[in-house]
Amino acid sequence: MHQFKSLFIGCTLLLSSAGLVFAGNGDTLKAVQAKGYIQAGVNGDLFGFGKADQKGVWKGLDVDTARAVAVAVFGNFKDRVRYTPLTAKTRFTALQSKEIDLLTRNATQTLGRDTSLGLDFVQVNYYDGQGFMVPKSLGVKSAKELGGATVCVLPGTTTEQNAADFFRSNNMDWKTVTIESTAELSQAFFAGRCDVMTSDASQLAGIRASSPKPDTYMILPDIISKEPLAPAVRHGDNQWKDIVNYAVLTMINAEEFGITSKNVDEMAKSKDPKIQRFLGVTAGNGKALGLDEKFAYNIIKQVGNYGEVFERNVGVNTPLGIERGLNALWTNGGLMYSPPFK
Amino acid sequence: MVTTNEKSAVKTRFWNDEKTRGIIYQVVTAMLVAFIGYYLIANVQDNMAKQSIASGFGFLEKEAAFEIGEKSIEYSAADSYGRALVVGVINTLKVSLIGMVLTTMLGTIVGVCTLSSNWLLSRIGTIYVEIFQNIPVLLQLFFFYALFYEAFPGPRQALNPVSGVFISNRGIDFAVPAQHFAWSYVVTAFLAACVIAFFIARWAKKRQERTGWQFPSFWVGLGLLAGLPLLTWVVCGAPTELDIPALKGFNFQGGQNISPEFSALLIGLVLYTASFIAQIVRAGIQSISHGQTEAAMSIGLKTKHVLSLVIFPQALRVIIPPLTSQLLNLTKNSSLAVAIGYPDFVQVAGTTINQTGQAVEGVALMMLVYLTLSLLTSVFMNWYNKKIAIIER
Amino acid sequence: MSTNSEVADIKPPAINVGVLGWVRSHLFNGALNSIATIVVLLVAMKFIPQFVQWAFIDSVWFTSGQECHEAAGACWSVVTQNIRFNVFGYYPYEHQWRPLVAMIILVLMLIYSRDWKKWNRRLGYLWLVALFVMGLLMKGGLFGLISVETTKWSGLPLTLLLSFFGILASYPLGVALALGRQSTMPVIKAFSVVYIELIRGVPLITMLFMSSVMFPLFLPEGVTIDKVLRAQVAIIIFTAAYVAEVVRGGLQAMDQGQYEAAESLGLNYFQKMRLIILPQALKIVIPPTVGVLISAFKDTSLVVIIALYDILNTTKSILNVPEWTGFSTEAYIFVASIYFVFCFSMSQYSRYVESELEYKAEEK
Repeated sequence: MHQFKSLFIGCTLLLSSAGLVFAGNGDTLKAVQAKGYIQAGVNGDLFGFGKADQKGVWKGLDVDTARAVAVAVFGNFKDRVRYTPLTAKTRFTALQSKEIDLLTRNATQTLGRDTSLGLDFVQVNYYDGQGFMVPKSLGVKSAKELGGATVCVLPGTTTEQNAADFFRSNNMDWKTVTIESTAELSQAFFAGRCDVMTSDASQLAGIRASSPKPDTYMILPDIISKEPLAPAVRHGDNQWKDIVNYAVLTMINAEEFGITSKNVDEMAKSKDPKIQRFLGVTAGNGKALGLDEKFAYNIIKQVGNYGEVFERNVGVNTPLGIERGLNALWTNGGLMYSPPFK
Repeated sequence: MVTTNEKSAVKTRFWNDEKTRGIIYQVVTAMLVAFIGYYLIANVQDNMAKQSIASGFGFLEKEAAFEIGEKSIEYSAADSYGRALVVGVINTLKVSLIGMVLTTMLGTIVGVCTLSSNWLLSRIGTIYVEIFQNIPVLLQLFFFYALFYEAFPGPRQALNPVSGVFISNRGIDFAVPAQHFAWSYVVTAFLAACVIAFFIARWAKKRQERTGWQFPSFWVGLGLLAGLPLLTWVVCGAPTELDIPALKGFNFQGGQNISPEFSALLIGLVLYTASFIAQIVRAGIQSISHGQTEAAMSIGLKTKHVLSLVIFPQALRVIIPPLTSQLLNLTKNSSLAVAIGYPDFVQVAGTTINQTGQAVEGVALMMLVYLTLSLLTSVFMNWYNKKIAIIER
Repeated sequence: MSTNSEVADIKPPAINVGVLGWVRSHLFNGALNSIATIVVLLVAMKFIPQFVQWAFIDSVWFTSGQECHEAAGACWSVVTQNIRFNVFGYYPYEHQWRPLVAMIILVLMLIYSRDWKKWNRRLGYLWLVALFVMGLLMKGGLFGLISVETTKWSGLPLTLLLSFFGILASYPLGVALALGRQSTMPVIKAFSVVYIELIRGVPLITMLFMSSVMFPLFLPEGVTIDKVLRAQVAIIIFTAAYVAEVVRGGLQAMDQGQYEAAESLGLNYFQKMRLIILPQALKIVIPPTVGVLISAFKDTSLVVIIALYDILNTTKSILNVPEWTGFSTEAYIFVASIYFVFCFSMSQYSRYVESELEYKAEEK
């Protein structure tokens, strides 16, 4: 008995020393600085937004967003971000429970989530809408022709509810197949288990890009919902929320000013007081956020502006082939708009 | 000895007294558990309040707003979370009950096979047991599900092995009798026949015990079960119209559909659990000494009577307790449905948790439902076990 | 009839001996058995050649995914081309020898300590050293080994880690619970019973759900526990209840005389249990305990559902790469065979111990 007891105590101590992390009192920035990295919740299965290759290198728009935050806090992102792949079901609790510091997992901002899930959304990093993807061979041209179809949908998402509303309001009959993992669901879809797959249009593009024969599928023109995808942080930590918010806005603002990762060094010499303030040549912004004055410069230098990030991960020259559309700058007819950095 | 006794009678330090010590241990444990419980609950309340997470079971009344792929009762996205959860419970029950019956049958057959004097059969039985027992059931589910949608064609090229039956990657569609008032009466008649047959069998057994006269209760019962519904059917006008599935638009309309998710789950659970039951059945039969068989044969019983009257009734007593726990395992493993998209209770509850953010309530409901199921199964099996236990005369 | 002397010379009919005799007595003894044999053979003749054709003759082994789609048979390339990711997952590519060595040490240690007669203090220390070395190899950070964070532990090492520590930690907890359930103190007994029955009544997946979704809320402000560790704890808590029931069986099987003899020697409760009861009780329940441990090993695959990358999930991840989509049968057969090798050797071990124990019992 004694041996067992000591063994047991030993194990407990071993386990607890291995895994317990004390994160301080709601002060995410301090906690992050103390441990030296940001734990970011990402998708893990979604091309273009958050997926690791077989060597474990993460890529995607959401991944770059997390990197921008890491650069803002630490000045670089190498080994400063650790990724936690999350399912749609576990993403919000992971944030609530402080398992992650930041959620960038193509989550839609809604009033319900903002108020009752204990989290706050920040600046949208991708304006999306829900669409439908079908095999071209099906011969469907509009979502209104989908009556009686079997639909693949991820459970526990806003898309699941939107689809239910859409079919209900159009008096169409439908059947759902709901599998929690994006990977398993898309495999079922490619194998013909469902006629249609519905999700955010960007996600559909990502899934289509992961298919063995991408050109045999098409995304229908109908967009049935608004899906502003935004990073989220825990409710009640305003400083951290500001940091994440302005890390995203920095990338947008940089594009507006025409600053890219290539020309940021030249731009830093600009005489324009707006740009000087933005890039931290004139001090002020950094201190206000509790960050290094050079945070915007670093983000642009290391991660790039929003346009670069977009084109690199999901743009027309990637397998996803998505147009800027709503995600263009406001000056180009899109929705991306940054408040002044002053 | 005497001196020690006297000493202790005079004065025992209270911590050396076994009873007192026992009480102290218990009080300490109780306090510890109570403290930990209080601490955890306080943390939950604190965390929920800080992050303004809703609490309570009020969400059960709210509109669920999500669709469920398979349902045995009326349900639409406009119904409440409560109703959605009920649909989930029914789906769990459906797959568990059908699974229990099938797996018991398959397990018994395989178990008997492994003991067969036929070398091929016993080898196949053994290999089956070894393979299916040693591979995780979740992997088997993934395997069968992938097999189902990768191996079968789409609905437009569906296989049509028998007229009225279509197999595609949308599942199995088969013809069922078209809606007619007669069918509900037929079902009622069948249930009534079941009850009557049960009472006849009981009466016949009692009479045999009293007088020794035998009554062909098996054949009478079978006749009732077949005859009474048939009679009702004829009386109600003998409707023969069938509801045959036909390809309309994207899918088969009409008839009855068994989805790939349900099939894969059922097949996986049944094959996996049967491998354990086969072992239990084999051990049960082997536990009956060979003398029993010889004795039964020597009083002139036929082989089938030796098995059905002597061996099985005794083996059952050895088999029932471990069988119960395997059937419970099947019920619990049915929760793996969530991985292959069958909308069982865990999946519906998971979606509910995700939409409402009320993890504590959701997980509590999950535990409650499974505990109830486990409890009901073991109560039934205990009752059955008691019923067949040896009655000492 | 012949005379006695001639009987010895007459050979038995050819049909009763040799191959024919064996076939007759094992395959065609009686009408029913003959029919069964013929049916089985017919089915086998239909499917086995098909399977061999698919798995070996038409199959491809070391090609790209593109060529696989053109092949008629099985595409084993999905296994061979992705083997390192499948086994080691996201562990840094150039350091994958470390988990490999750690796994080899683990397997060697297990094989070395298979004989329970060798279990002694020295072996315990050896295990401690081995555990330390394995931990060092996995985690790094000392002796020039680069530190690898636990979130990158995946694939087979993660499966083995979860099962090994799950088993190691749940065992003492299970024994304690079994003793609690047998205890004469009502409060302790009640707690043990409630724990055991509660856990055994719910599926593991609810426990994992609880660990991933609900448990974090139970922790005080500011404390978080690693995701892998939380899953590990759920597995431990779950397995312990099953171990407890097995151990209880052993305790109940002990002769009452053993308890009385121990008490009459003046041993107190802990001495009695440690020196007399448990060593015997635990020994007789080794076979069913191994059964529980096999289940625990298989059950670690459930962490797929909470998005941990064990060997089953790395397989699924490979199948999600466009090049390899659609070869799930081959990939799953490969993973299944890995699980099979581990589980089958454990069950063979339990059979070996069982026969040893029976042999001993007969010797007495």
